[in-house]
Amino acid sequence: MLIVVARRAVYMIVTLAVVSVLSFAIIAAPPGSALSQKISQLQSQGGEVTEAQIAALKEQYGVDESWFTQYGKWISGFWHGDFGFSFTLNEPVGSLIWSRLGLSLLLSIGALLIAWGLSIPLGVYSATHRRSLPDNVITVIQFVGVAIPEFLFALVVMTLAANYLGADVGGLFSSQYENAPWSWAKFTDLLEHLWIPLVVIAAGSTAWLTRVMRANLLDVLNNQYVQTARAKGVSERKVIWKHAVRNSLHPLVMTFGTTFPVLISGEAIVSIVLNLPTIGPLLVNSLLNKDMYVAGTILLMLSALLVIGNFVADLLLTVIDPRIRVGE
Amino acid sequence: MRGTVTPRVTGPDRPPTEPENRTMSQSYAAEEGTPAAAPVEVPHGAGDAVLSIRDLEVEFPTQLGVVRALNGVTFDVPRGKVLGIVGESGCGKSVTARAILQIIEKPGRITGGSITLRSVGGETEITGLSPDSARMRELRGREIAMIFQEPMSSLNPVYTIGAQIAEAVLIHQTRNREEAHKRAVEMLRQVGMPHPEAAAASYPHQLSGGMRQRAMIAMALSCNPTVLIADEPTTALDVTTEAQILELIRNVRDRAGMSIMFITHSMGVVAQLCEEVIVMYLGRIVERGSVDDLFYDPKHPYTRALLRSIPRIGRNRKAPLEVIEGSVPDPHTRVAGCPFHPRCPEAIPGRCDTTVPALSTAGPGHTVHCHLYQGDDETGRTEPGEDA
Ligand SMILES: Nc1ncnc2c1ncn2[C@@H]1O[C@H](COP(=O)(O)OP(=O)(O)OP(=O)(O)O)[C@@H](O)[C@H]1O
Ligand code: SF4
Ligand SMILES: [Mg+2]
Repeated sequence: MLIVVARRAVYMIVTLAVVSVLSFAIIAAPPGSALSQKISQLQSQGGEVTEAQIAALKEQYGVDESWFTQYGKWISGFWHGDFGFSFTLNEPVGSLIWSRLGLSLLLSIGALLIAWGLSIPLGVYSATHRRSLPDNVITVIQFVGVAIPEFLFALVVMTLAANYLGADVGGLFSSQYENAPWSWAKFTDLLEHLWIPLVVIAAGSTAWLTRVMRANLLDVLNNQYVQTARAKGVSERKVIWKHAVRNSLHPLVMTFGTTFPVLISGEAIVSIVLNLPTIGPLLVNSLLNKDMYVAGTILLMLSALLVIGNFVADLLLTVIDPRIRVGE
Repeated sequence: MRGTVTPRVTGPDRPPTEPENRTMSQSYAAEEGTPAAAPVEVPHGAGDAVLSIRDLEVEFPTQLGVVRALNGVTFDVPRGKVLGIVGESGCGKSVTARAILQIIEKPGRITGGSITLRSVGGETEITGLSPDSARMRELRGREIAMIFQEPMSSLNPVYTIGAQIAEAVLIHQTRNREEAHKRAVEMLRQVGMPHPEAAAASYPHQLSGGMRQRAMIAMALSCNPTVLIADEPTTALDVTTEAQILELIRNVRDRAGMSIMFITHSMGVVAQLCEEVIVMYLGRIVERGSVDDLFYDPKHPYTRALLRSIPRIGRNRKAPLEVIEGSVPDPHTRVAGCPFHPRCPEAIPGRCDTTVPALSTAGPGHTVHCHLYQGDDETGRTEPGEDA
């Protein structure tokens, strides 16, 4: 077991190293980065001070040196929390991303929990009441949920919430709390603003996972061991939850790794629509402005999350399935 | 329909040959066993049936139409004996077994008939209970236990063998987990599982098919059921393992005096294990009798065909094995008259294809549903073509 974890950890680090090279290569490839713009801007100002600044910048980021040196300089900064500098926002990347990454994670994990919490019971109900009216209703909602684009859904929910619930949509806080110190009122205000993005981000995954859960459970219910359990005198509720559901969770857990990036990208779109300070809009802007260190760092961070997500999924699988835990 | 089906209690007429041993606690495999339960005294005599099934009908509504899986099945499971049920694939053997436990998959359901269980606790009308009722759940595993064909898939892959056996014990016998676990290990020992402690702690995928089937048997026996239903428990096993499992089941009958309903499609297994046999065809019983009756004096053309289709040592090897002409009809269509008539070499035109043959007696405890034996019996002989 420990060996498995250690081996997986090594794979993870190798994967991330490869991803870091690739993401840097992709970002550095096109000419005219934010850095070179910054330098030409400084050059046009002229003067001795700026000359020194330009020299310092070139030295720091290895502008005239080989691609590999540039990469080395960027990546070695990671050890002491220096991810480079945003030349469009004039701020170190480190101070830009943490709070946004935190909010993104909060939204994605929250949405994931909502999706799992809803899709498992809904899928079980659907499968055990096949072709009943509620099952059909759930199925129709699922299809709508899977098909509707997130930005549209975000707009619809926003409109409904603003018109009928009188909710203040968009942003994280109401204006009066924007710069206020943390308090209980500010926290509840945050929650009032967060439910809309959570619902919107979770909707698609919930619909999809309910579908997966229903199909799996129907499959598992055909297994002989379900009959064995019934033949022992196990109550129907326990037959479903203890014997069948436990065996139909695998694909759901396996999707954990893949659901995660989907949630992150969904989060980006929703955050743009709802004007939330998360990592998504920052990534989009940095790509547009060729702000290479911001984009590179975010890509690397997201890859790290994806890899960690898969790792967690694998660990969970070994927990729920003894066939993986104790080999043949 | 002409001749009416007369339900008869066809009790065993042969005197019991085995020494009667009614304690339910010994080791079934090893020489020595530790007694675990008090001996249960049950009445025994000719015509004493643990289970009586009368005119049982089961239907599966499907998209292609209603599948009538059982069309009036009537038989008794004699106490303390092994009753074999044979028939081709799809004739309704498993459905009969599942109907008795009321675990037929939805949307299948029992549409008629009755199932009566006579256990120590008295008489229970199973068809009168709702499948989800507490009383029905109490019967499952406690009074009637079942083992299945596929040892690969009949145990849950995510729980240990011990936990799965203990689950049954916890439902029916004790609330104490430790005790239940001890009982599980003890049961594994009794069915001849090597290293029962280790086996209890292992998962199904870590055991061989034969060992899994032993574990299934241990689970089924863990609550000392009155009736054991074995649905083709050896079909998926190799010959050596099959012999071991059959030996184990014989010991279960001898030592615990358990009544066993043994489903198989192998006449060879019937000869080795059973005392009485039922032959099923298309959701009906076509013949019933003692093993000797059926092997030495088979009456129904289908039974004869089944017997001719098994290879025998000493028979001319060059002579091809006989196969039964034609195949089992599509389950959605209903065959008028005798269900076997499209394939029967002796079918009487105008009679077999119109009238369902009633039950006739071919000897003591030997009954058959076939117009050939309808003679001057209850129905009176009808000349071919007379009733169109
Ligand atoms: N879940 C189901 N849905 C529809 N029809 C079914 C279902 N289960 C059984 N049947 C029908 O009931 C009939 C009897 O099936 P059953 O499983 O009892 O056969 P069997 O005698 O046990 O055969 P085998 O030797 O292959 O196990 C078949 O014709 C089948 O079509
Ligand atoms: S009743 Fe007729 S068709 Fe059926 S088995 Fe007997 S002879 Fe054959
Ligand atoms: Mg079967």
